[in-house]
Amino acid sequence: MKGGARCGAARSVLPVLIALGALAGCGATAAGAAGPAEPITGAPPAGGAQPTDDRRILHALSRLTYGARPGDVERVRAIGLSAWIDRQLGPRTIDDSATDRALAELTTLRMPILELLREYPRPDPKLREKIASGAMTRQEMQERYPMEKRPIRIAAELQAAKVVRAVTSERQLEEVMVDFWFNHFNVFAGKGDLRWYVSAYEREAIRPHALGTFPDLVRATARHPAMLFYLDNWLSARPDFIVPAGPNRGRKAGLNENYARELMELHTLGVDGGYTQKDVTEVARAFTGWTIDRPQTSGRFVFRSAMHDAAEKVVVGHRIPAGGGQADGERVIEILTRHPSTARFVATKLVRRFVSDTPPPALVARVASTYTSTAGDIPAMLRVIFESREFYGEDVYRAKIKKPFEFVVSAVRALGASTDAQGGMALARASAEIGEPLYLAQPPTGYADRGETWVNAGALLARLNFALGLASGRYPHVSVELSALVAGADPGSPSAVLDRLLAALVADQAGPATRAVLTAQLGDPQITRLTTDDRGPANTDVAKLAALVIGSPEFQRR
Amino acid sequence: MPTRRTFLKAGGCALVAYAAAPRFLLRTARAAEANGKVLVAVFQRGAVDGLSMVIPHGDAGYTGVRPSIGLLPPRRGESDRAIDLDGLFAFHPALAPLVPLWENRALAVVHACGSPDTTRSHFDAQDYMETGTPGIKSTPDGWLARAVKTRPASRTPFRAVAMGPALPRTLQGDVGAISMQSIERFDVRAGTDASARQGFESLYEQGVRDLLHGTGRETFEAVKMLRGVNAARIAPANGADYPRGQLGEALRQIAQLIKANVGLEVAFADMQGWDTHVGQGAERGQLALRFREFGAALAAFAQDLGGKMADVVVLTMSEFGRTVAENGNRGTDHGHATAMLVLGGGVRGGRVYGRWPGLAGHQLFEGRDLAVTTDFRTLFAEVATRHLGAPAAPLFPGFTTREPPLALFA
Repeated sequence: MKGGARCGAARSVLPVLIALGALAGCGATAAGAAGPAEPITGAPPAGGAQPTDDRRILHALSRLTYGARPGDVERVRAIGLSAWIDRQLGPRTIDDSATDRALAELTTLRMPILELLREYPRPDPKLREKIASGAMTRQEMQERYPMEKRPIRIAAELQAAKVVRAVTSERQLEEVMVDFWFNHFNVFAGKGDLRWYVSAYEREAIRPHALGTFPDLVRATARHPAMLFYLDNWLSARPDFIVPAGPNRGRKAGLNENYARELMELHTLGVDGGYTQKDVTEVARAFTGWTIDRPQTSGRFVFRSAMHDAAEKVVVGHRIPAGGGQADGERVIEILTRHPSTARFVATKLVRRFVSDTPPPALVARVASTYTSTAGDIPAMLRVIFESREFYGEDVYRAKIKKPFEFVVSAVRALGASTDAQGGMALARASAEIGEPLYLAQPPTGYADRGETWVNAGALLARLNFALGLASGRYPHVSVELSALVAGADPGSPSAVLDRLLAALVADQAGPATRAVLTAQLGDPQITRLTTDDRGPANTDVAKLAALVIGSPEFQRR
Repeated sequence: MPTRRTFLKAGGCALVAYAAAPRFLLRTARAAEANGKVLVAVFQRGAVDGLSMVIPHGDAGYTGVRPSIGLLPPRRGESDRAIDLDGLFAFHPALAPLVPLWENRALAVVHACGSPDTTRSHFDAQDYMETGTPGIKSTPDGWLARAVKTRPASRTPFRAVAMGPALPRTLQGDVGAISMQSIERFDVRAGTDASARQGFESLYEQGVRDLLHGTGRETFEAVKMLRGVNAARIAPANGADYPRGQLGEALRQIAQLIKANVGLEVAFADMQGWDTHVGQGAERGQLALRFREFGAALAAFAQDLGGKMADVVVLTMSEFGRTVAENGNRGTDHGHATAMLVLGGGVRGGRVYGRWPGLAGHQLFEGRDLAVTTDFRTLFAEVATRHLGAPAAPLFPGFTTREPPLALFA
């Protein structure tokens, strides 16, 4: 089966119903007749019109970026695909000042946790009581605590920034990897103090290492307040520890295994990576004392030896002698990141993201071997993938289904549109509607990277509605210039306009049936009727056609 | 007024059958009896503490191990305490709305129920429970999907509906299950412009056999049908008052679909927030709030459907339970067995089913958790076979129960 495609339509039609259908005289269109159909998934017609080079460029763009923009193919062709990939793997030299300018107004992006806690304080818990009792009106509350000063703004700015970066950044692969690693080391922005920590988490723990080394990622996430809080390690303590201060003073704390389990199951070894419940407990003991200093006023990592269980530990067969202190946790990270299961687990996820929902085992093995020989160097592993035969395989091309965020951003990019921060917020909402609210994956597994997860009736409708809204200008801060998209085509010839649109949006990968449907749309008098929109008839046509293309099955794939 | 519609899933052509389903679609008389039966699965995600949901207050092992999160034993007239059910077990006080259902014998509890697999990973355990194959990750379909497949062929697009943003694992498996966030929003929203809807529909109607096109075709049939029956306008009946929140919203809409007679057979809803590692609370607090929403939603659903509940079973489940003793953070960690509820559909309610293993140290699983005495597959199979009329064999591959039947239904 082509990547991720379990037949959703493999029902056999009862012969009796077909007969009744014939009697009822329904004129089934040729395109939709029952019976065996070609098992294509939007691949180009046989003897395809694309030269091999361009096909590779299109594929690399769709896998390494959030989608090709008008002119991207030409830009890559100009410097050569290899050179372009090299630059994406080492993006420091790529000028990204346009993105920086677009993000300038989102001030919380650059604030350390300490400042965020101070500038966006937690609302008074007595607020609800005050309003209920009438001591304060809603209006007074909104004046005292305006939305812009509430902590929810921090995650909102982060969501907008993610969209803006994905749309605008020239360092596309870096953005893709930031998303990938955030998801791998997922935290949920909705849990408690995380609303103050999550922005700094991406900035401090994920982004600097996204194209660095995997062990650095583990080290950075393990000690970040966001992860310590999300998986409760900040509370984990040796047996009989009594909390000395703060709201829980005098209470007995104890061992919390949450982080230890997910560190092994989800971050490093994988669920079948060869660890036991006992290992989980031992790892948890190693990380006791890794906590947060005054979470509501300081929010920094601190190691508290009073909470630490200093006795000897044995972790997946490795003995950690007593008295190690903070080094215990560091040693555990070393043990886990050097483990062969980790190499395989990381390799599998990378291959799944860039190649196929069913990762080819031979490629996974080569990437795992690179992990081991380079101590987890991420660009090295990616290079193995991008230079592999498997990456450019026929069955890989356009086989993956775009996740909601990928779909939303690729639509904006394909239209050659730009967005500001406010537009970013609206697009983030769209991603949520389609099924992927940003930074809000509740379980530590994050969002799945398999097509079936994302394709269901409700999500599909949401995608179609987004396509309609985007193409008809209902996102005021996302500047869509459809006329530029079809410039050069004779506006008096609807089929020429359609050709330009298809070339621009799906690079001529539309199947013959899709073309037929869209061509039929051109003749439909309902399509050409003017709306109350003050644009001219040519633009109205293009908007509708653009919406249909963006909502088409072909555009859902990359 | 058509009670069932039948769509031909090819060529965009619709065949409509009126009144009762045409005879040629029915395979057996028994299948005819099964028509109109609905199974609603409610998944409490995060591993609900069954020991707080249905408290074994009569077991000496309950006292002492939960100093800050234990519930006080029942005492008449005091609403902060556990609500006695049968002398051994009691409901959490926040589940008070369920008490009338218990007293009317419309609600049964199955305790010490769970999976033979010992994973304490939420992700894996939910996967195993949804596919119905503990220990096996490669199962391509969910048990609910398999249950739907065993039923007589029905051409309604709404036979299997999940309320939520994504299709759950348990309904994956090529049965055309639909997931929706809300009935109202389940449409192409193009205002008065019908051509956009038609255009998209044509794009997905093509004969290509893949996930996208198949889903697309089913989507448009479903949209047309919902518009036809105006399900979103059906108001809760009998004074039912659904609580705000995810579960209340989901059940309210499932009730609408049932009352709209769209051919719903299986529905799914879930509720998050049960993973109470820290500060679980007792009669008040985090867990109590979840129970309040949970109980109120189930009670409202039963009230809304009224007499129709004879044909509807609600089955609650959770991937595992929680540790018997509280942990160092006034919460509980991942455990083993938990409690599940069966509501409606002729269930012999007012009883706690399953063999109670006890809470003494030697009776616990791995010395820390409530032991499983009823495999969840025994429970699910019994509900699917007795209520939906599904044949047992294909539901849980590799499983033959060695336990006596629970005998939940008359």
